[in-house]
This record gives sequence, structure tokens and C-alpha cells, in this order.
Amino acid sequence: MMERTVRMEMPIFYALLLFMIIATIIAVETKNLLSSVICIGAIGFGASLMFLFLRAPDIAITQIVVEVLGLVILIRATISRDRTFITGDREFFGVVVSVVVVLVIFLAGIKVLETLPPFGTAVFAETAGAASQTYVREGLEKTGAANLVASVILDYRAYDTLGEATVLFTSIIGATVILRRKSRKLLEEPDI
Amino acid sequence: MPYALCFLLFIIGLYCAVVKKNMVKIVIGIMVMEYSVNLFLVMLGFRTGGTAPIIGRDDIVTGGTLTELFINSSVDPLPQALVLTAIVISLGSLALMISICIRTYEKYGTFDITRIRRLKG
Repeated sequence: MMERTVRMEMPIFYALLLFMIIATIIAVETKNLLSSVICIGAIGFGASLMFLFLRAPDIAITQIVVEVLGLVILIRATISRDRTFITGDREFFGVVVSVVVVLVIFLAGIKVLETLPPFGTAVFAETAGAASQTYVREGLEKTGAANLVASVILDYRAYDTLGEATVLFTSIIGATVILRRKSRKLLEEPDI
Repeated sequence: MPYALCFLLFIIGLYCAVVKKNMVKIVIGIMVMEYSVNLFLVMLGFRTGGTAPIIGRDDIVTGGTLTELFINSSVDPLPQALVLTAIVISLGSLALMISICIRTYEKYGTFDITRIRRLKG
């Protein structure tokens, strides 16, 4: 049973990754903004499935919630506004230079990825003194949480979660300030 | 090889953010990069045939110690916890970027960044 699950896994990973790449290409190249946004939804749910198969159920749940909210935000931004017709391309030279630079980054990155241990080996278990070993061994005893991810985010690295909440509220304050209809200063001296 | 496909996803997002002229397309490119980085970090902690880092009743020996089977098959909980944080933050940054796009559309009537003259330095 165990052997069969292991052998079934890799094709699922490849299929999901290819699905996500195809959805990304469609999202990048289509002219209609709404279909592009829908393709983003496909990528997000593909990523959520991928997290589920990578044994990360907490992330899969969070990813679904965040994906639904993000899709609502994106559709709010694009619906009835996708009348932007991009006429003419950027300067040919600029596009060529950016494509070449992106390709060079890709090739260099592939070289770097070859130095990583192969997919499926536990890096943290073979590194002496890795923090994750402590979390796995002593998490239940020290924090009392059966879910080790919860014990990391709420106990070992609680300050990180506090910082996350701060960043989230700051960005929401920024969004409300930007979206406010008219500020007091603009009412006094109207912008031309 | 899964790492390479994940990196290809990142590169497509980078291309989209650098080359496209539509503001919403640039936001989409940034989102694709966020997805691929999250995916890569979780993939680093994966081990073949592993279990989720959640302790069940069968994994505890009497006396409160964990079985060696669980310790040797659990995936890495640390990247998962940090990616959880990153996903929520990406929602906040998406809201901020989209609100900037909406304001710009109200002011200039277009998403085309070459026609938004006053953004030029």
C-alpha cells in the first residue's frame, strides 16, 4: 500500500505543475482581463491541491480561503474595466533585452537547483542541529499542540505571527486610504 | 525536476511583470511569483512517503514520547508555518496593489502604463 502511494505521487506532482504552468501561460498571454483573472484562480486551486499532496493540509486550507478572497478582489478590479486596448508593443529593443535577461536568470537558476539534494529527501533530517528536528521531537512535549505547524506559528515563532498581523493591518490601512473617495485636503484645493 | 518546473513558473511570472504593459497583468505576474516561491519552500521540506506533521494517537508511546516512525516520516513543519504567514501577507499586498490599480483607472481611464503620463519621473 505504502509503495503504491509513493509511486502514484510523482505523476500527480508533474501533472499539477504542468497544469499550473499552462494556466499561467494562458493568464499571461490572453487579451481579456477577466479570463486572465480566472486563470489565476486555476493556478491558486492547483497550488492548493499541490500543498495537499505535499502533506501540508493547513496551507491547503489557507490557500483556498485566500484564493477565493483574492479572486473577489481581482474581479472587482477588472469587471467592466477591461476596455484597455493595448495598442502597439513596447520598444522592440527593450522587450528583447528583458527576454534575454529572464532567460539568463532561468539558466543560472537551473544550474543552482542542480546543487540541491533530489526532490523527496528530507534536508532537515540530515542537517545536524536543524531547528526543525527539535520542533518535531519536542513540539508536543513543550507546547502541547498535536499539530506541529500550529506549535511553530503560535509558540516557537509567535513574534513572526505578530509581525504578520502588523503587516496585514498596515496594508489594509493603505488600501482604505488609497480607495477613499476624497481626502480633506483635496476638498480644499481641488487637483487639476 | 519538480524544482525546475516550479522555477519555470517563477520565470513566467517575472516575464509577465517585466514585459506586459497592462497594470493588472503586472499584478498577476507578481502573484504568480508568490505562488511559485511558496510552492518551492514547501517542496524543500517534503520527504517521499512522509506524513503530515500532525501527531495522531498511534504516534505516541506510553509515557508521552513519540515513536521513531513518526519522527522519521514527518515532513518539515518549519517551512509550512512560514509559508502560512507568507500566504496571508500576499493577500494584503494584493489588496494594496489592486486598490492602486483602481485609483489609477478612475483618474486616467486606462490600465495602460504607457498612457499614464504623470507617473513619468
